[in-house]
Order: sequence, then C-alpha cells, then structure tokens
Amino acid sequence: MDPAQTALLARDIGAGLATIGVAGAGVGIGNLFGSFVSAVGRNPAARDTMFRDVLLGFALTEAVALYALVIALVILFA
Amino acid sequence: MDPLGQFRLTTGLGPLGASVNFTNSNEAMLAAAAIIVILFVFGLRAGALVPGRTQALVEILYEFVHKMCIDTIGEEGKKFFPLVFTLFAFILLGNLIGLFPYFFAFTSHIAVTLTLALFVFVFSTGVGFYTHGFRFFLFFVPKGVPVWLLPLLVPIEIISYLARPVSLSVRLFANMTAGHVMWEVFAGFMLLLTAGLGIFGVVASIIPLGLNVALVALELLVACLQAYVFAILTCLYLHDAVHMH
Repeated sequence: MDPAQTALLARDIGAGLATIGVAGAGVGIGNLFGSFVSAVGRNPAARDTMFRDVLLGFALTEAVALYALVIALVILFA
Repeated sequence: MDPLGQFRLTTGLGPLGASVNFTNSNEAMLAAAAIIVILFVFGLRAGALVPGRTQALVEILYEFVHKMCIDTIGEEGKKFFPLVFTLFAFILLGNLIGLFPYFFAFTSHIAVTLTLALFVFVFSTGVGFYTHGFRFFLFFVPKGVPVWLLPLLVPIEIISYLARPVSLSVRLFANMTAGHVMWEVFAGFMLLLTAGLGIFGVVASIIPLGLNVALVALELLVACLQAYVFAILTCLYLHDAVHMH
C-alpha cells in the first residue's frame, strides 16, 4: 500500500479511536440519572429542585462527550 | 454527502451585503436581536396586571433569569442581571433560529462562541480585580491546604481558571454542531437507502426519518439547555469574582 493511502487509513482509525472517550460520558450520564432516580425515590418532594441541578450536570457531562467528537472532527477535517 | 457544508458562510443581503462581507451568520444574529427586542416591546406595551400570552412569556423569561442571577451570585446579582439576560436571550434565540430548515445557527461557529466566552472571561476577571484589587490573586490559593502542597495546587488552579473560556465556548459550539451534523447524517442515510434499494429503500427510509423527528425534540431541549448552561456558568464565574470562593 502506498504511503498516502496508509496515511488516510491511519487518519480514519485515529478518528475512530478518538470516539472511545464517549464511553466515559455514557457512564457519567447513566450514573447521574441513576442517582437522580434513587434520590427521587427517597424524597419525591425534592424532585423539582434537584432536577435543575441534574440538567446542569447532564449538560456538563454531555459536553465531555462532545470534546471527543471535536477531536475526531479535527483529525478528519483539519 | 457533506455534513459540515451547512455551516459554510455565504454573503447575505444581495450585492450590498456582499460588498461589506455581511454573512448569513450576521443575518441570523440580527434576526435574533430583533426578535428579542420586538418581543419585549410588543409584550410589555400593554403592561396589564393580568398578563396576556406574549406578556406572560416575556415575564417568565425575565423572572427566570432574574431568579437565577440572585440565587447564584447573591444580592450583587442584580447588577449583572442585564448582562446575563442579554447573553441568555441572544444564545437562546440563536440556537432556536438554527433549528429551522434553511436558517443558520450562528452558535455553531467557534468564532462566535469563543468571542462570547472570552468576553465573559475578561469581564469576570475584571470584576474580580475591581472588587478585590490585587487580593484577587488569592483566589488561586485554595484555603485549608498544607503549605507544601501549594506549589502543586496553585498552577492547577491557574490552568483550570484559564481553561474556562475554552470549555465554555467549545461546549456550546460542539453541542450545536453535533446536533446539526447528526440531522444531516440521518438524512444522508435516507438518500443512500433510496438510491441503493429502490422501492424497498423508500419504505425503509421511514426509520431514519423517524429518528430525525425524535432528534428535533432532543435538539429543542439542547438548544434551551445550552443557553441555560452558558448563562448559569456566567453567573458562577461572576460569583467567584465577587465572593472569591
């Protein structure tokens, strides 16, 4: 295989590897909502006040997954 | 298929716009600002004791951000409310305008979000120095930590402080870009299925179409959530600048 093709292949593999970081965000979001559900089970009255913090935590965790996406895009297109 | 082609800048407003490089991104920004102003002028014109629909919408938005400012920053939050509300409304409208087909999401450009985030960063640092003078540098020295750990912790604190504009801007930009790219990718699946499988492909395209419809709901949530997150993080940074902890 000629070097140019190898470089393209390596780039694609690298972009695929960069998305592994999304697994961490999956764990984080699952953990977040799991804790939220069990907390609401213990104290249903606090649901509304907790949900605001959960949304903030969700957005912050989701952003971590998107950093992986940005790196993959940088590898592919930059 | 070109998932990132939708973010390409073109010139708007005909030949006049082309001569001053007035882009479609600028058009969307102007539209967002105009919608906010018109909504507020129109909604608050009556000033009724029992609000109508538009007035109720405007009042809910106002009170939501006002409460967020006071809850997060404290009593000083009233001073910063105009800034936080402007940022929140501008980003929210920008995200929402971008959801419509043929419209442009200007928050999907890192140049725009980084400008907003750098402004917040410089402003909150300025507020810190204005309120505390050079004692604001003590912000980087965590309290209740053994002295021998400080050479390690102070650089970490400084780096995490300097990373704020990066994370603030990349979060908004990546969320909006990822959502729009996902739409394009699923729409591309429909084209591939139709081109590859003929009449069976047309029927099978219902699946990516359904996913795209579900994604619209998710993106609506994300658009509001990211505007909220940007605003509340601005509040948190201002809280740090005012209270130093």
